[in-house]
Amino acid sequence: MSQLISSVSPHFFSRRTTRTIMLDVIIALMPAAIASVIHFGWRSLLVIGVCVASCVLSEFLFEKLCKRENTIGDLSAIVTGLLLAYNLPVTIPLWQAVFGSVVAVIVVKQLFGGIGQNFANPAVTARIVMMTAFSGSMTHWVYGGNAWVSDTVSSATPLAAAAKGSVDFMPSYLDLFLGRHAGCLGETCALALLLGGVYLLVRRVITWHAPVCFVGMVALMSLLCGKDVLYQLLSGGLLLGAIFMATDYATTPSTKWGKVIFGCGCGLITVLIRFWGNLPEGVSFSILIMNIFTPYITKLTRSKPLTGGVKPS
Amino acid sequence: MVNVEFCSIIYTYVQREKGRKMKNHHAGNVHPTNSGAEKRPSEKPVSRLKKCLFRLHGIRLPHKKHTANCAPERLPVPASVTIPMSMHIGKPARITIAKGEDVKVGQLIGEADGFVSSNIHASVSGEVRQIGEMLNAHGQRVPCVVIASDGKQEKYEKLTPPQVKDFDSFVKAVKESGVVGLGGAGFPSFVKLNVYNLSAVEAVVINAAECEPYITSDTRTMIDKSEYVFKGIEAVRRFMGVKRFIIGIENNKQQAIEQMQALAAKTEGVEVHVLPALYPQGGEKVLVYHTMGRVIPKGGLPLDVGVVVINVTTLAFIAEYLETGMPLVEKCLTVDGSAVNTPKNVIVPIGMSIRDVIEAAGGLKSEPSKVLYGGPMMGITVPSMDEPVLKNTNALIFMDEQEAAPPKTTACIGCGACAAHCPFRLDPRAIAKAYQLGDGAALKTLCVDLCMECGCCSYVCPAHRPLVQTNILGKSRLKEYLFSQQAQQKEETKARQRKDRQEKQEKQEKEGRK
Repeated sequence: MSQLISSVSPHFFSRRTTRTIMLDVIIALMPAAIASVIHFGWRSLLVIGVCVASCVLSEFLFEKLCKRENTIGDLSAIVTGLLLAYNLPVTIPLWQAVFGSVVAVIVVKQLFGGIGQNFANPAVTARIVMMTAFSGSMTHWVYGGNAWVSDTVSSATPLAAAAKGSVDFMPSYLDLFLGRHAGCLGETCALALLLGGVYLLVRRVITWHAPVCFVGMVALMSLLCGKDVLYQLLSGGLLLGAIFMATDYATTPSTKWGKVIFGCGCGLITVLIRFWGNLPEGVSFSILIMNIFTPYITKLTRSKPLTGGVKPS
Repeated sequence: MVNVEFCSIIYTYVQREKGRKMKNHHAGNVHPTNSGAEKRPSEKPVSRLKKCLFRLHGIRLPHKKHTANCAPERLPVPASVTIPMSMHIGKPARITIAKGEDVKVGQLIGEADGFVSSNIHASVSGEVRQIGEMLNAHGQRVPCVVIASDGKQEKYEKLTPPQVKDFDSFVKAVKESGVVGLGGAGFPSFVKLNVYNLSAVEAVVINAAECEPYITSDTRTMIDKSEYVFKGIEAVRRFMGVKRFIIGIENNKQQAIEQMQALAAKTEGVEVHVLPALYPQGGEKVLVYHTMGRVIPKGGLPLDVGVVVINVTTLAFIAEYLETGMPLVEKCLTVDGSAVNTPKNVIVPIGMSIRDVIEAAGGLKSEPSKVLYGGPMMGITVPSMDEPVLKNTNALIFMDEQEAAPPKTTACIGCGACAAHCPFRLDPRAIAKAYQLGDGAALKTLCVDLCMECGCCSYVCPAHRPLVQTNILGKSRLKEYLFSQQAQQKEETKARQRKDRQEKQEKQEKEGRK
């Protein structure tokens, strides 16, 4: 007779694990990868591959070095790699992509204690670091043509075009929706991003609160400022940020109202930077700034225990 | 674990009983209906709209009710039974027989000892082989009686249906039947029904939710003994004067719902509430919220909002006892789990060992790794197969190696699923953190003592963190903290008094000198 296990209840667990959640996010990111290949050619796949591989490798090596438990099995490094790649232009030199991945995984995530402990979104922070470090290659936008050749004629992103007021670069709504314009790898095709968002909502990996409030706030502010609302929504990294980065578990509030506040705050900061700042795009800065407020928002919006009016003993 | 949870409830009951005795002493003993001059302020009910919009959180579990259509099968009498004297919450019963005596089915072998305790009766006829101690599933040593069965199952001659005329004799009858909360809690039913202020009871909520996976013994009670459920309702109506009865059933028990609705249509004042199958629907506070729209205050009882909650099987048993006079000596339970050959419902004498039950009920497919009293969400693991079936055992779940394998705990990813699924809106993540820091004050503001250990947080956690466990630890940490604070306060007041006295003395001395 073998020994019986004694343990505290429950003895029954949901099948959802960190790994399955990350797998869902990866699946949701796939349409955007396909769109990037269609729009920017095969080099986009190379950039994605390099980012993912270097993220996974740096997580693996760092954990080996620190004698920590190996966590590449939870797939979160792959998600970070994908998101970072989606934030880069297709022409990015590969060593810079590797540098960004190392910053994302080691500096932003592992140095703070690994998965769940980081206070800022790794992909967003790495993008900001790269924007500052390699501002030239990070803004070398091309669309179509042969991205393998470095001297392709560069074109402006829709937001930059709108900021400059140059009308001839401005794509139509349909082009914006399908992603037929210059920009970062994964952010151009709104259709693909929305597909991924719907998948995550259906799988209940994310809730609607943060993305809807984020996008809604940008729409409202654009309307108030007399800008082209649809153009503002479909261009830039807004949808990528709202759907995949403002819903990151570790760095955004976990309560419903917290998510609402987080989304609205992101939207507001994005609009401020877009309309009145020096940069054409402010999504990544808005997310980073709101990441810092996250612990406070979570604490503020924590639900009240159902005590029936009794004060804590 | 359940013991820890119910300690405070016993405390509440005992305190109330003390208060009541004091009151009766002052006012001269009067009938309980009239004794409660001041009516407890029952809370304003939550409006229907609000109830719809703000349903308490919960989780959707796989139901696994494989045995819902299996009529219970009576198993052959085992060679011997081991009857522990503690199958209820409260003090163990006092043994009233001696070794070597012959006992018959239904004969009293353990008498309720103390305010929260319960009578215990022989479940087989035969000879008392041994009176000793055993280790129960909670790891406590409890006295027990081993009876060797003679296989005849002769009934005790002196058993007669109780003479019930009024409330007091009704409570006495319930006490004599030895019935405890059969839904799994094991709280002596007579204590619960012995309501101090009968006029405050607006409704009796009959708990037929049976929200745990696998278990179908309550479902079978509703199907096979539906008339007894309604006889029980009649008895409570007659002797307690309650007018409104609500039967709360989860919507995954269609047959039971239909039978209950058909009978309820013929009876006045009985409502059948079909509730969504959302675990933990059968939790007392959750059930009262979803049926009556009232929130039981923290540290309070359902009575505080004018409700008495009783399990459906307990109620049916009380009705049966009033008719036949046979005390609680056998139990219908579900035998299921991944290691079982044929899942089924069985009727077994109380005290039959788990090994005997599973052998008689069709055997095991594979060696079990975990055996549970009760369902997989709140059940208690059994230390060995020699443990007996208890009064409050409603299921035996045998899990094979794969099902019993503990999940791997990984780092918290901060998804907030634990807080989003807590029926009482607690934040297990914050509680775990406060516990690790030993922060009693934070545990107090987080209301960790509200936790009923339903296990929703541990179930949903994608990192499989032991959240219920930290909640339980947090509760005892909070108790320590409150205790130390009380002690500190006492000391401070004492010190202040001492100082005051000294000052006074000095003043007097000074004045004396002048």
